[in-house]
Amino acid sequence: MAAADKQPVTVTWAGPLNGAVGCFITWVDQRFPLMSLWRDHLAEYYAPKNFNFWYYFGSLAMLVLVMQIVTGIFLTMHYKPDAGEAFASVEYIMRDVPGGWLIRYLHSTGASFFFIVVYLHMFRGLLYGSYRKPRELVWIFGMLIYLCLMAEAFFGYLLPWGQMSYWGAQVIVNLFDAIPWVGPTLAIWIRGDYVVADATLNRFFAFHVIAIPLLLLGLVAAHIMALHEVGSNNPDGVEIKKVKDPKTGHPADGIPFHPYYTVKDTLGVVAFLIAFCVIMFFMPEFGGYFLEYNNFIPADPLKTPPHIAPVWYFTPYYSILRAVTEDFMIFLAAGVALYVLLICFTVKDIRVRIAAVGAGLIAIVLMIAPTVNDVTIALDPKVWGVALMGIGTLIYFLLPWLDQSPVKSIRYKGPIAKVALTLFVVSFFVLGYLGTLSVTEGRTLLAQVFTLAYFAFFLLMPWYTRMDRTRPEPERVTG
Amino acid sequence: MADKELDQGKRRFLVAATSVAGGIAGAAATIPFVASMLPSERAKAAGAPVEADIGNLAPGEMTRVEWRGKPVWIVRRTPEMLESVKSSESRLADPRSERNKELTPEYARNELRSIKPEYLVVVGICSHLGCSPVDRFKPQPEAFDSDWKGGFYCPCHGSLFDLAGRVYKNKPAPDNLAVPPHTYLSDSTILIGVDSKV
Repeated sequence: MAAADKQPVTVTWAGPLNGAVGCFITWVDQRFPLMSLWRDHLAEYYAPKNFNFWYYFGSLAMLVLVMQIVTGIFLTMHYKPDAGEAFASVEYIMRDVPGGWLIRYLHSTGASFFFIVVYLHMFRGLLYGSYRKPRELVWIFGMLIYLCLMAEAFFGYLLPWGQMSYWGAQVIVNLFDAIPWVGPTLAIWIRGDYVVADATLNRFFAFHVIAIPLLLLGLVAAHIMALHEVGSNNPDGVEIKKVKDPKTGHPADGIPFHPYYTVKDTLGVVAFLIAFCVIMFFMPEFGGYFLEYNNFIPADPLKTPPHIAPVWYFTPYYSILRAVTEDFMIFLAAGVALYVLLICFTVKDIRVRIAAVGAGLIAIVLMIAPTVNDVTIALDPKVWGVALMGIGTLIYFLLPWLDQSPVKSIRYKGPIAKVALTLFVVSFFVLGYLGTLSVTEGRTLLAQVFTLAYFAFFLLMPWYTRMDRTRPEPERVTG
Repeated sequence: MADKELDQGKRRFLVAATSVAGGIAGAAATIPFVASMLPSERAKAAGAPVEADIGNLAPGEMTRVEWRGKPVWIVRRTPEMLESVKSSESRLADPRSERNKELTPEYARNELRSIKPEYLVVVGICSHLGCSPVDRFKPQPEAFDSDWKGGFYCPCHGSLFDLAGRVYKNKPAPDNLAVPPHTYLSDSTILIGVDSKV
């Protein structure tokens, strides 16, 4: 329809100003797709009627994103991205800027809450199979958001220029140093100096306040557009678009997002803000988990604090990194060998078998090949630690294809899938907890066991989801 | 224009040629941006050698100096400490410093990894992920090692180094601590950043 041909918009909520408001909205709508955006994404976006508790976290993540952007803008008005002044400028915000402490605590507590909300949002996806066809791209955009969020948190954590900021950045940038051949140059390029220094702080500031937030906003838009294209999943994991009301043509089990879910989500926002404010006002450091104590000491490039650990939301991956020691390599190689055997005995396609054997052999050689005549082929355990940590974060991308269950939701999945998901959650928590502690032999062993469990959840999924005893999905949502 | 006058082959060629030329130009345009993130001339110039005064260092003590933004440790080892270096050998990953030869200059590639046995000079950056290990010189049972002979402990990922900066087996760090280029200007002054002629 040509824009100027659009029908006048009638408003019913404007009372005596009805005519004037209607004229104005019509004027805009004929020049901008205002009403169709409103209809497609809110008033006539039909969402399943059986959303439960787990469905609060998408809108809450949007709320926290807005909060972080707004508080961030005000923090940049006072913060100085300079190695000589950064630490003092944060203390200046805390002590001398009117309300500065509040804005800073909103931002720092917001960072941890962002991850709490996003982890719960992702767990919802795991529970109800929200990553399954046709929502693969919704999931992939979501995972890209998660990666951006990790980058954003990492860059932001350097800015206060405390001891933990400094040494945390030093460790993470040095991860790239482990990459064979190009690593050392790459690490220097990222830092802009031979150690973490003023140049590093300055560029991390640029990434944190402009580059990553722009990417993040674009990805959030793509995530929502993809979601609204295919429609939301629900706790039963059945497609509401299959059964439509013959009179209206809308999904019979769908209700308009506005007003039903806007009102429901408002309740979620109220509950969230209560929890948020309690922590922000009364325990913003949260026992050293949200703001680490060592970060109240200015960065000292000559002295690593006696105990260093990343902020809690990175610790599961950090544990995986630390779990890979020389002793562990033989178990990793054995794991790869068993996995290749499993593929060879269960997959009929000969090409898949050959590829698995080839890739498996290369991996095993790079893990445990002994040094002969001073020629070392095997990569350092350090390189494998970094690789496993990387794979651990990226493996979620494959979920839509790893899950081969005939049903989507955990409600209809069988006992194996339930045990596997429980074990995965336990592994994530145990690894996360271990990552906050210093290492001992016992803890390393525990981290190694749970690292294997973590990967088994993903890598064995194509098998256990197929053999599991599922129950049939209902035709319609069950409420 | 009528359809028959359109030369589809020519059009495809022009579209492809424009895309390729534009793509190359676009890729080339990223070079100055990528290059701008390399260490600046100022950062490169900051790598000058530094002098360390060890005249006041008592036996068993350690001092730190900054060289190229990194901590360099100078430890004056006691006879007992030197003894512990010899006894720890069986537990080390690379006791002869042969794995990565550039980490130990020729003149320090010996059991004590030093020019003068008494003084250890190493860069205090763990070869794992760049943390700075902490000194635990006293031989006593520690949480990280029940049979601890004294040395350095990395708080980040638990790597252990003996009093010659040599890494223990089965720890995340692959290499010994690097010995920086250094030379003795006198009995009480070390110049760090310049190789010894000895």
